[in-house]
Amino acid sequence: MELKDLYEKFRDPKTIKALAKEIEKEASKLNRDINIMEVCGGHTHTIMKYGLLQLLPKNINFIHGPGCPVCIMPKERIDHAYILSLKENVILCTLGDMIKVPGSYGSLQNARSRGADVRFVYSPLDVLKIAKENPNKKVIFFAIGFETTTPMTAALLQNVINLNLKNVLFHINHVTVPEVMRELIDSRDEHIDSYNNQIDAFLGPSHVSVIAGSKIYEEFPQKYSRPVVVAGFEPVDVMEGVLMIVRQFLKEEIKVEIQYKRSVTRDGNKRAWEMIERYFKKRDLFKWRGLGNIPKSAWQLKDEFERFDTEKIYELPKEEIEDHKLCICGDILRGMAKPTECQVFGSACTPSKPLGSCMVSSEGACAAYYKYGNLI
Amino acid sequence: MQKVITLSMGNGGLENRELLKKFVFRHLGNSFLKDAEDGTVLGEIENLVFTTDSFTINPIFFKGGDIGKLSVAGACNDLAMMGSEPKFLSLSFIIEEGFSLRDFERILRSMKKELSVNGAVVVTGDTKVVPKGACDKIYINVSAIGNRLANFSQKNIKEGDKVLLSGDIARHGATIFASREGIELENEIESDCRSLWPIVKALIDEKIFVKALRDATRGGVAAVLNEWAKDENLCFEIEEAKVNISLEVKGICEILGFEPFVLANEGTFVCVVDRKDEKRTLEILKSFNENASIIGEVTKEYMGRVILKTEWKTRRFLDMPSGEILPRIC
Repeated sequence: MELKDLYEKFRDPKTIKALAKEIEKEASKLNRDINIMEVCGGHTHTIMKYGLLQLLPKNINFIHGPGCPVCIMPKERIDHAYILSLKENVILCTLGDMIKVPGSYGSLQNARSRGADVRFVYSPLDVLKIAKENPNKKVIFFAIGFETTTPMTAALLQNVINLNLKNVLFHINHVTVPEVMRELIDSRDEHIDSYNNQIDAFLGPSHVSVIAGSKIYEEFPQKYSRPVVVAGFEPVDVMEGVLMIVRQFLKEEIKVEIQYKRSVTRDGNKRAWEMIERYFKKRDLFKWRGLGNIPKSAWQLKDEFERFDTEKIYELPKEEIEDHKLCICGDILRGMAKPTECQVFGSACTPSKPLGSCMVSSEGACAAYYKYGNLI
Repeated sequence: MQKVITLSMGNGGLENRELLKKFVFRHLGNSFLKDAEDGTVLGEIENLVFTTDSFTINPIFFKGGDIGKLSVAGACNDLAMMGSEPKFLSLSFIIEEGFSLRDFERILRSMKKELSVNGAVVVTGDTKVVPKGACDKIYINVSAIGNRLANFSQKNIKEGDKVLLSGDIARHGATIFASREGIELENEIESDCRSLWPIVKALIDEKIFVKALRDATRGGVAAVLNEWAKDENLCFEIEEAKVNISLEVKGICEILGFEPFVLANEGTFVCVVDRKDEKRTLEILKSFNENASIIGEVTKEYMGRVILKTEWKTRRFLDMPSGEILPRIC
């Protein structure tokens, strides 16, 4: 098999056009609008990059969800990375996009120009090599991501322990998908006014379910009558996912379905999940930028591993930093507004100078609108 | 033991002369260098064009080229894009102490070869050796003087003009990234590093009405098109499927999450011609590289923007690349 076999047929123009036609036909039988939240920034990116909005009938809309781990990182935690990177004898490692996100002091790129040793890695396990090559330095892994990347961080810690490496530390920012979906639908009392969500269905990210299975979404049809289709990231995947959702509404059958059958099962990857649970426990609260504190929505290292936890070892600021008052990212993430409705979009807030969370990473809704436009 | 370059070889004295004589002059020598004192007398050139570029690439040897070929081709290509025939080059080396003499010679050899492709000569130069760690192996600066034979200018671009590419894109950037990340593919991928003057000369000789040429180096095809669109307040509408990208490059982009349009090329240019010349231009470009293609046209729909059209009739902007973390690729 060649690499192209993995993606080419999922970008096939004929298939995409055929699916668009089928969606239009089926959606015309519905006498209502459907707002589909694509939870993951990867889906937002696909939708905008391939112009899929332009192929959908008027009664099918997308609401761009909060599933970009870089975008939802609150400023205070980016500040942690900045502070840690500038400590003496520290190499701070993280994943690509994190490096350019500005905190209140600046981005990790700025820290690097002030002399910090900041490196981006493609895989958390690359940290092992860096740690071995620099035995006299502390190598801090600033871990981000959803269920997809969490097992890799766990595997890194397992290796660090097995190899008895003394110079690797962690700053854990792993977050979870179902909790934020529930938060968006099931608003808590104090926010009831602003939580008037418009979400009719969810498109779930396939890579999360490769690890966690499709079962994590079962509460949404059962408790909230919202269909969930777990879909892949190619344009054909997304279009097929939309078609499956439309058909659920037509048949009045609300359930969890898997579009991405090539590697998602109901139970997911049990070994990977065991790894997560061996090293991590849920935080009581975790602040999501633009959304506020969400219970049980993130992981931290278990107490027995606190010797690896920079949040336990160092004094790091705990005060919460408010989002910019003109920014409407919270409303965008809840599906109340589109990026273009924001008064600072594209003017005071651009990818090179983002004010709000949705503009900071290439997977954020505002950044995708800015980059690709929403052409007719 | 392998012979290496020492600090004393940059001292201006005996060892320095030896290095020049045994290596640089042996490969690149000519009457200008022979007669040079503190400077070189060049005589008169009618429409003189002058350019300079520095090269710091890592790795210095890569599939399809090396820092020597890259530096000569790179500087000469800047001239060629101006419609200028490359004539005279200056050559400045900054070399890290301990650099292998054999590698140095290998670099000189590929420079010699590339100079002959362009019909240009090195007329002056300098060599500095710096202590270990003060630079990464070898840096090269090349300045070049050319004789302008055709007046290409982006100011001539008008609505209705056609946009062509001289080959498939993103090979150089993808090759460098693949070698850094240690990605091995079944079919080796090669940089497109090459001198473009012979192709440009053919366009001039055939009297093609070329509006503008630009080699799509750092920032790739996206940067070239966006610069033209913004500077001239025009819209470039590009058909994505017409832009040739090799399977290997596509693979690297999938693995590393890159957009081929922003990856660097070192021997591929974007060309805007009057629409009456599009077919003949394509024929000429194809005689040098079969992957050349007509990719789109100039319109006025979204002024200052580049639009990509998909095969399923949707459209999106292709934005100016920005803020990427790009390692040294040239």
